[in-house]
Amino acid sequence: MDALQEKIKEVVAHHGRERHNLLPVLQEVVEQERYLSDYAMTLIAEEMGISAADVYGTATFYSFMDTVPRGKYLIRVCKTITCYMKGKNQILMALEEALKIKLGETTPDKKFTLMETNCLGWCHKAPAMLINDDVHTELTVEKVHSIIKEYKERP
Amino acid sequence: MGKNILKRIDLIFKEEPDSKNVLKKTLSKSNDELINELIASGLKGRGGAGFPTGLKWKLTAESKSTEKYVICNADEGEPGTFKDREILTQVPYKVLTGMAVCGRIIGARKGFIYLRGEYKYLLKELNAEIKKFHAICDELGLKFRVEVFMGFGAYICGEESALFESMEGKRGEPRNKPPYPSDFGYLGKPTVINNVETLAHTFTIFQHGADKFRELGVKDSHGSKLFSISGDTPTPGIYELELGMTVEDFVNDFGDGDTKAVQVGGASGFCVPRKKFRETRIGYQGKLTGISLPTGGSMMLFNSSRSMYNLLSNYLEFFTEESCGQCTPCRVGTQQLIEGIRAVKRGEKPASYLDKLLALTETMKATAKCGLGQSVANSFQSIVENFREEMIY
Ligand SMILES: Cc1cc2nc3c(=O)[nH]c(=O)nc-3n(C[C@H](O)[C@H](O)[C@H](O)COP(=O)(O)O)c2cc1C
Ligand code: SF4
Repeated sequence: MDALQEKIKEVVAHHGRERHNLLPVLQEVVEQERYLSDYAMTLIAEEMGISAADVYGTATFYSFMDTVPRGKYLIRVCKTITCYMKGKNQILMALEEALKIKLGETTPDKKFTLMETNCLGWCHKAPAMLINDDVHTELTVEKVHSIIKEYKERP
Repeated sequence: MGKNILKRIDLIFKEEPDSKNVLKKTLSKSNDELINELIASGLKGRGGAGFPTGLKWKLTAESKSTEKYVICNADEGEPGTFKDREILTQVPYKVLTGMAVCGRIIGARKGFIYLRGEYKYLLKELNAEIKKFHAICDELGLKFRVEVFMGFGAYICGEESALFESMEGKRGEPRNKPPYPSDFGYLGKPTVINNVETLAHTFTIFQHGADKFRELGVKDSHGSKLFSISGDTPTPGIYELELGMTVEDFVNDFGDGDTKAVQVGGASGFCVPRKKFRETRIGYQGKLTGISLPTGGSMMLFNSSRSMYNLLSNYLEFFTEESCGQCTPCRVGTQQLIEGIRAVKRGEKPASYLDKLLALTETMKATAKCGLGQSVANSFQSIVENFREEMIY
């Protein structure tokens, strides 16, 4: 049994094999592996007794369920109206400059991925972004640079 | 601006150090008494649709089943809404108390909070609060447990039947209605699903009685409501205000002196242009004079520097991405609308093409399966009809 197989067995055993546990299982695998590979989805399907197509169909429905490899720090910049009005594009440009990648890309060292997302619920403190689960609000170009500097120093 | 015309209410975020006593006192009353209190209060759902909460609980209580559920809808995905997170951060025990009382009334031992993935950072503290609350339930002899279910980035999962599907481990695709959740909800069992704020209001009602709640607001729209205020305003944030206010008073209080339009109810809501500020009120449909707009509490202000074309285009992009794709009017309709307004703007289609698009939104309203597809017409029509020239030039 390979490492992923073992991990998935463990995750499924922890949450339970019933269908209504599929989302928590998928979420935990994405979190640990940074994405959901075809192989992982096949293993989850086997372990939970559902078809791989069904697992794939469910997983791809959810925008946070990444099916291509992502960086360790996944940045999601809010693009909905208030953030857009309050300078989301400048924030995005600052991030592209700081990370030397374009929107949708991952840095070569696999540390950062830059994405956009819909309303994060911080409109009163726009512009806002998430880095993994952490919220950063009232962003300015300077603030973006110092946040990224700080994350770059993290392991 | 900043005139403080509208009375600020302080009920929801008011700390109650002895919430255990409120729960104890509430549980000493009979289920019938409590349902009557809720019905008398006039509380309507704060998630947007405005269904009477007391009636919802009553119907679910009457449904025959040994398994029932209480679900707190914390998916809060409507653009411009951010109040539910604040309730769960500041006064989670009010929501938990509301859920537990609901559980006893309808006969449910299990509750869930469906928390949107974007609020995951809250999970640790929320779980700690739930643990404390479980101890209180045990002490009072109430068999009730609450669990958090994490969403994963899908606006449509805030729609109640899509939320059940999602919790069942499936794609978040809305179901046909009827059957309604009071008969057939999570796992096909009778379920009460309420917005976070609705549950917090039930706490106030149980704590202070229906009269104190009913005193606030206007006929058909009783009580206070949290408003998430953003956009071109010097004072963005969360405010508790009475229902029934006019948009004019609202703008005088929160505008920047140059407000051109207010979007009430988020992307799925309505755009109110300056000339209609006075005749438009915020509340549920009823005997209010003039136009009355229901809202989950999202209020976005736009001043004259803003392009209403950009606003509409941003909303349509949102809907195109968030449509679950299950039914054609919505899946194809949202795409045609966005391509359509772009074509008009670029001059590839005549201005009269806008009328075709307006007709398309009418079709979507009539034929889309759920509230997402049906409500695209709200913002599309109110923006295009009031700011037609901005769509063209
Ligand atoms: C597309 C769509 C998204 C929705 N999102 C939410 C949401 O995020 N939170 C919420 O409480 N209700 C949302 N609703 C409304 C729910 O379906 C449901 O009416 C509500 O949770 C009932 O609670 P209430 O009666 O307390 O308002 C949404 C509805 C639609 C059609
Ligand atoms: S209206 Fe849109 S979101 Fe609703 S079921 Fe149809 S495709 Fe899905």
